[in-house]
Amino acid sequence: MKPAPFAYAKARSVEDALRLLREHGEGARLLAGGQSLIATLNMRLSSPAILIDLNEIAALSGIALRDGDVVIGAMTRHAEVQQSDIVASHAPLVAAAMPHVGHAAIRNRGTIGGSIAFADPAAELPACLLALGGRVEIAGATGTRMVAADDYFRGLYETAVGADEVLTAIRLPAATPASRFGFLEFPRRHGDYAMAGLAATARADGASLKDVRLAYFGVGMTPVRARKAEAALAGGDVEAAVTALVSDLDPPDDIQASGAVKRHLAGVLLRRVTAQMDARIESAHDGGKA
Amino acid sequence: MKIVADTPSPLTALDRPNSYIGRAVPRPNLGRLTQGRAQFVSDVTLPRMAHVAYLRSPHAHARIVAIGKSKAEHAKGVIAVVTGADLAKVITPWVGVLSHLKGIKSAPQHAIAVERACWAGEAVCAVVARTRAEAEDACELIDVAYEELPAVTDPETALDPQTPVIHPELGDNLTFERTLDAGEVDKALASSDAVIETTFLFGRHTGVCNEPRAVVADWNAGEERLTVYHGTQAPHMMMNLFAKHLDLEEHQVRVVTRDVGGSFGIKVHTYADEMATVALSKLLRRPVKFVADRIESFVSDIHARDHRVHAKIGVKKDGTITAFVIDDLTGIGPYSVYPRTSGIEANQVVNLTGGPYACPNYRARARVVFQNKNVMCQYRAVGHPIATAVTEGLVDLAANAIAMDPLDIRRKNLYPDDAYPATAASGLRFEKLSHHASLEKIADMMDYKALRAEQERLRKRGIYRGIGFASFIEVTNPSAAFYGVGGARISSQDGATVRLDATGAVFIHSGVTEQGQGAEAVLAQCVASAFGVPIERVRVVTGDTDNVPYGGGTWASRAAGIGGEAAWQAGKALRQNVLAAAASILQAQADALDIVGGIVVDKGTTRERITLDEVARICYFRPDTLPPGFQAELMVTRHYVPRAWPFAFTNGIQASHLEVDTETGFITLLRHWCVEDCGTVINPQLVDEQIRGGIVQGLGAALFEHCLYDERGQMLNGNMADYLVPMAVEMPDMEVGHVVSPTADSELGAKGAGEAGTAGAPACVMNAINDALRPLGAKPLTEMPFTPGRVLAALGRV
Amino acid sequence: MSRQLDIALTVNGERVSERVEPRLNLVDFLRDTLGLTGSHVGCEHGVCGACTVRVNGTIVRGCLMLAVQCDGARVETIEGVSDSGAIADLQEAFTRRNALQCGYCTPGMLLTAQELLARGGLPTREEIREHISGNYCRCTGYHAIVDAIEAVAQQRNGSKA
Repeated sequence: MKPAPFAYAKARSVEDALRLLREHGEGARLLAGGQSLIATLNMRLSSPAILIDLNEIAALSGIALRDGDVVIGAMTRHAEVQQSDIVASHAPLVAAAMPHVGHAAIRNRGTIGGSIAFADPAAELPACLLALGGRVEIAGATGTRMVAADDYFRGLYETAVGADEVLTAIRLPAATPASRFGFLEFPRRHGDYAMAGLAATARADGASLKDVRLAYFGVGMTPVRARKAEAALAGGDVEAAVTALVSDLDPPDDIQASGAVKRHLAGVLLRRVTAQMDARIESAHDGGKA
Repeated sequence: MKIVADTPSPLTALDRPNSYIGRAVPRPNLGRLTQGRAQFVSDVTLPRMAHVAYLRSPHAHARIVAIGKSKAEHAKGVIAVVTGADLAKVITPWVGVLSHLKGIKSAPQHAIAVERACWAGEAVCAVVARTRAEAEDACELIDVAYEELPAVTDPETALDPQTPVIHPELGDNLTFERTLDAGEVDKALASSDAVIETTFLFGRHTGVCNEPRAVVADWNAGEERLTVYHGTQAPHMMMNLFAKHLDLEEHQVRVVTRDVGGSFGIKVHTYADEMATVALSKLLRRPVKFVADRIESFVSDIHARDHRVHAKIGVKKDGTITAFVIDDLTGIGPYSVYPRTSGIEANQVVNLTGGPYACPNYRARARVVFQNKNVMCQYRAVGHPIATAVTEGLVDLAANAIAMDPLDIRRKNLYPDDAYPATAASGLRFEKLSHHASLEKIADMMDYKALRAEQERLRKRGIYRGIGFASFIEVTNPSAAFYGVGGARISSQDGATVRLDATGAVFIHSGVTEQGQGAEAVLAQCVASAFGVPIERVRVVTGDTDNVPYGGGTWASRAAGIGGEAAWQAGKALRQNVLAAAASILQAQADALDIVGGIVVDKGTTRERITLDEVARICYFRPDTLPPGFQAELMVTRHYVPRAWPFAFTNGIQASHLEVDTETGFITLLRHWCVEDCGTVINPQLVDEQIRGGIVQGLGAALFEHCLYDERGQMLNGNMADYLVPMAVEMPDMEVGHVVSPTADSELGAKGAGEAGTAGAPACVMNAINDALRPLGAKPLTEMPFTPGRVLAALGRV
Repeated sequence: MSRQLDIALTVNGERVSERVEPRLNLVDFLRDTLGLTGSHVGCEHGVCGACTVRVNGTIVRGCLMLAVQCDGARVETIEGVSDSGAIADLQEAFTRRNALQCGYCTPGMLLTAQELLARGGLPTREEIREHISGNYCRCTGYHAIVDAIEAVAQQRNGSKA
């Protein structure tokens, strides 16, 4: 199927993009990497009047370490994130998630900002943002604002980004020596959206995990924090955390798995991701001894 | 072309000097395919060519009350908006029945729905425009008033009296029913030490050819000729059908099939939208192109394999299988597909179940019912994966019931290798099979004992691996018994025309088609070997009804066994003719000469007498120098059809080794083996790759593929993100071995190999999963695909 | 609104200037406008990989990029990389190993494989499978494709050593 007709405008700057958004109102859609948007256009599932292309805005692309944050420009391609030394050292959770995002050709074109703005509830990167407690930088007519990940995801494909705003960057708190992370997902096939997945972070405090953040994906309308499980895990009781998932998560059925299967997998994810974090504590200790 | 692997062949009749039989000759078409220089139908453009898009019914069953097309007619780029009623003036409807499937019935199907749409996805109106995009734009402007009708979707209730009848004139929703009762089933079951009964469920799935269906129809009003560029497996069959339904003579129709982007049985049927495209070309007197997009492919390419089989097996403590009993039910959509019918798959299930085993007691019933879903019909390995999974699933359950090793129960019951010819309980006749040799070979290849030991060790560590087997038989080289006897104009014979060119090169024109399986390489090998030229000197022409002998095309694993034999015979005949010409030039005896490496030599030596280009030069340009009365015939045609056996059955066995993550239900395929006996192996590399590709198609069925429908007849996952095909990461490496039992029906002795992989793979994966989970007390899994959710359910974890 | 736009780019080293509708995606532009039919259309929703082409040196889905986005870009297709000889060894390996049947996925598969091989080193079979995991092949079952790519990796590594 071919897309319905639309107009096209290249934004030269963020201001230019904001101006075009205001000018065209509701019929306008921002085009980032296009790896989800163009597919939906090709299926005529959406038919915007105009696409405002962000790909020429060089300022939106790049990865830097700034004020204790890893700052990733919205138009930074997944492949750049995957290859970045800064990300590998300071946002290792994102580095661990990246090979699971689509496939090589998709990662060459898809962008982190596009993924966060589209906010597919089964996607890896929104969950990573949530697990890391990162912030989203959003530009609008009145300037730039920062929204914390916990306030960012509003509903199915709904975020804090307004219709007249542009997501410009993601800020992730840089990992410290005490940072722990875990990532695991269960897609039917490599590169697919997961039936259920978990991105987790914590702070190692001796042999225990503190400040646990568990961000599940593929189990709801948005990436979902499992707060009761977080508390249980911080108390050192993995099985209590697994039990707590019953009240934390209420996954709906989808094409690839029933809610019951997702719920079961969520427990498996928790055990395995906790083991990853524990293992990393041990290896950190081993490193200290060596 | 370089030979990449050689298998020395002990053949006798085929033991020609410099024979290419049994050698891995690369395919002549790979250069264009690897360099982006192929010509698929989707690549074809013609002057004045228009594009058609079809508006498809969103309802599974609905009366078409009115079609408002004026807005669409005035849309940019639109050439015509055509309804079913409009088109019915140009093309007649068809009914998919065959007389040898006793009692099969169906209703007339139109190229575009007239009055009523019977599945979600059936075309209800066509828009022809300058571009496909403009045609799609205009489709959105067509105003169709539907009156929704109750949809029949569940085969289990399709025959209930309270269920609406989809085609009232047929009386009920029963398309076809077959029953069979051989031996003494009840007595055999009564004498058994264990009787195991279960139900197997197979997910409806579809072919997902990488190149969707495509057709460019060009009605030339000036010469009253229709040329159809068609991605099909059966050009002559389609030529016949286009002529028949468009009121033309066959000679007015030419079907051209160049490169085809995957077929697998999907492209051997009559599709309403393709017939409509051809009719639109005639109606509009210009070329019209239709390429199904992926979304419409999912709701219009034939589906297959949606079967529910209640099944029973009896076994004695010594391992003797006493009886097989099956009751198969399948829903095939609202029409039996034309012209091969949608009764064949169930018929094959009845024919093939229990087929590898020397068990005389067999009872079967198969019922085929109408429903308001997309149509089902024959897809790679028609019926085989179902029959094999039912049979092999039962055999493993029986083995488990009497605590016997799965290979031992097979050793006990498979037809002995010296039992042939044999006739199965279902009536199938086997010329020569090799179940036991195949079984012993696979056990060696996989080191079965070591794998079992490893399995035991790993279980103690909580790692659950499974080993599963599936013995199978495969129908290949079909004679007229398949379709011809039922009245279908589908050729079972095939022809080859071979011509010596003026420079000593050889052309072969064949009625079989190249779908990527390598038919062109096999034809070249046969001709080069039989005639005696280097294979580089052979040019293969296929896929053009104006230019090749009448033939059946490619389906049911017939191209090498039937088309190859015709090519072999034609090559031999041309050799005789060329030697006669050479003899008359040389004043020698023809039978004292031979052709080796493109040179006429003294037989049994390499002593050159005359080159082929010199023979050709004299025959074509200086025939005046030949003896009076001698006429050189440098082009010959030979045909072949199997006569002694209705089908050349092949056999084999597959094994799967996999690991089940018992916490997540995920299955990791570790390795897969297949030993297959397709008779003479003409090209070992091509055979192995047919097997491997077929296996993965079967693995897709086992683990991933499923056309999901809701109760209202809407397909829920009709796109490639949601319908899961096998991709590289999840697929295992596969080892292929061979046992060779040539058929005596042909000189080559080659049988087919195209469906063996698909036939056996789902069954052995199922058995391997159940083998892995057995110590955990899981309920045996018998419903495909084996999703993590189903595995978890079997383990009682969800 | 949806007026046509002028674009100028290089395709396989040739300068190309065309006027296109914004909705025209890259692979349709290559196939229908330029007649470069070696890139194929398999799903139009970014799953099958048959439309894989190179833009500015990296592989992309030709169905998930618009032709208007390629203004100023350097696009390479199977036709171009075949004529330059850049992947001759890979094409030869696919041929020797019969790592294709119908050939419809092959142009996309070759370009995808080349991106992996261009990184150098000796990828494992698992890494090869992962890298081509976005390219659908219905015919081969992938085994032969993995063999062919592995063979070229070894060959290129050997020749460098």
